[in-house]
Amino acid sequence: MPIQRFYPHIPQRYRLEGTKCKKCGKVHFPPRQVCNSCGSKELEPYRLAEEGEIITYTVVYTPPDDFKTKKPYVVAIAKMDDGAKLTAQVTDCTPDEVEIGKRVRVVFRKINAEGKSGIIEYGYKFVLI
Amino acid sequence: MRDVAVIGVGWPKWGELWKKDIRNIFVEAALMAIEDAGVDHIDSMYVASMSPGLWSKQEHIGALMADYLGQTPIPAVRVESACASGGMAVRLGFIEVASGMSDIVLVGGVEKMWTGEDFTAVLATAADQEYEAFHGLTFPALYALMARRHMHEFGTKREQLAMVSVKNHANGARNPRAQYQREITVEAVLNSPPVADPLNLLDCSPVTDGAAAIILAPVDLARKIAKDRPIVQIIGSGAATDSIALADRESYVELPAVKKAAEIAYKMAGVGPEDIDLAEVHDCFTIAEIIVTEDLGFFEKGKGGEAVEQGLTKIGGKIPVNTSGGLKSKGHPVGATGVAQIVEITEQLWGVSGERQVEGAKIGLAQNMGGSGASSTVHILKRID
Ligand SMILES: [Zn+2]
Repeated sequence: MPIQRFYPHIPQRYRLEGTKCKKCGKVHFPPRQVCNSCGSKELEPYRLAEEGEIITYTVVYTPPDDFKTKKPYVVAIAKMDDGAKLTAQVTDCTPDEVEIGKRVRVVFRKINAEGKSGIIEYGYKFVLI
Repeated sequence: MRDVAVIGVGWPKWGELWKKDIRNIFVEAALMAIEDAGVDHIDSMYVASMSPGLWSKQEHIGALMADYLGQTPIPAVRVESACASGGMAVRLGFIEVASGMSDIVLVGGVEKMWTGEDFTAVLATAADQEYEAFHGLTFPALYALMARRHMHEFGTKREQLAMVSVKNHANGARNPRAQYQREITVEAVLNSPPVADPLNLLDCSPVTDGAAAIILAPVDLARKIAKDRPIVQIIGSGAATDSIALADRESYVELPAVKKAAEIAYKMAGVGPEDIDLAEVHDCFTIAEIIVTEDLGFFEKGKGGEAVEQGLTKIGGKIPVNTSGGLKSKGHPVGATGVAQIVEITEQLWGVSGERQVEGAKIGLAQNMGGSGASSTVHILKRID
């Protein structure tokens, strides 16, 4: 991925920066300019909770070329403790250890090294607690 | 608003069309539709296509197709809404004729997917590129996330997912334009290679080159030039959007954009789910057909799997779904899919579907979907006498 495309997402990927609605309290990740719950434009920066619970997951056996060397890998959606929902890989475990309802924590890891500009792409993943 | 009819259709054979490029594929379908309608010109054209830029390194295909169809200087524009591009283009063509701005409008859809590009990665651009695809999510994986949740909440069985594929292949085996004209078994689906657990290869629609086209005109004009076949009118058109990322939804077992598009289309048509004689729905993956048939109101939420198992969606069942073979068997050339659904419904209402004919079909519905349900269209067609 060219650095110019990666750059605007660094605060989210490195620091889990989202937004919180000042009016209704909804937490958004990634950050928004308009609240998708109440329509308010009064949002403040907010750092997402680092723990949550798996709502659903899949094991990917047929990935895009960029992820070929990593298959099979698990991708899950977790509901974080502040209500935001986050999509990420589940790492440091075998696929059969992953279940709906299990608790996860966010960790900072390498996502991919094959970006076209040669940059190593970092971001968040889940580990089972 | 004027009443709008489908007066001609064109749908050449789909598959891996190695000797044809995107313009050859589109023009063949468009010429078929023009000839079928028996018109000597068109006033305007919509070309549905998801990603000619990534697959064929070709943008600006509205003008390209008008040029190669010999129809310049008519207005022509490409419509993109991922896998719902076709349905969205049909809706725009419908609006243009209904408004009185144009009389004869061609709506075509095309995708050339076998170009050597990484199609899993190209298709994934219809998801949130930075917050889903970035983490290695693919389209089968997104629908697998829904499938797992549907199985968890309602006890939907793995075999019931497979039965969607088996039923659609049985229909597609009788459709001469389908990419895979062969029947398959539940065992074959269960034993096919895993793609994104719990979905296997035979739960997934294939990669396809192909095009389809229809001609729209006011019903008054249709009556004047009608061949010896009934008039088929578009009586309802609905479209809706939802969050691009699956994670942002409240629930992963329903598709609000489908529900909303259906609500709009049913209201406009003045009919309900109980009035529909057959439906073409967006079975990009087996779980999609189950969720969509629930959200269209054919079955209660959570009962879509049982409905397939009981044969309610077969030809001859309560509500035949995907008589064409669906995306699974007939293929899924993304931009063409939503247009081909209208071709199938129109032919069924004309009564010319041969072995796949739903006897006495009077009202049909077509549901097309983009991404993991971030966009959807629903059209309702009726044979009028
Ligand atoms: Zn709010």
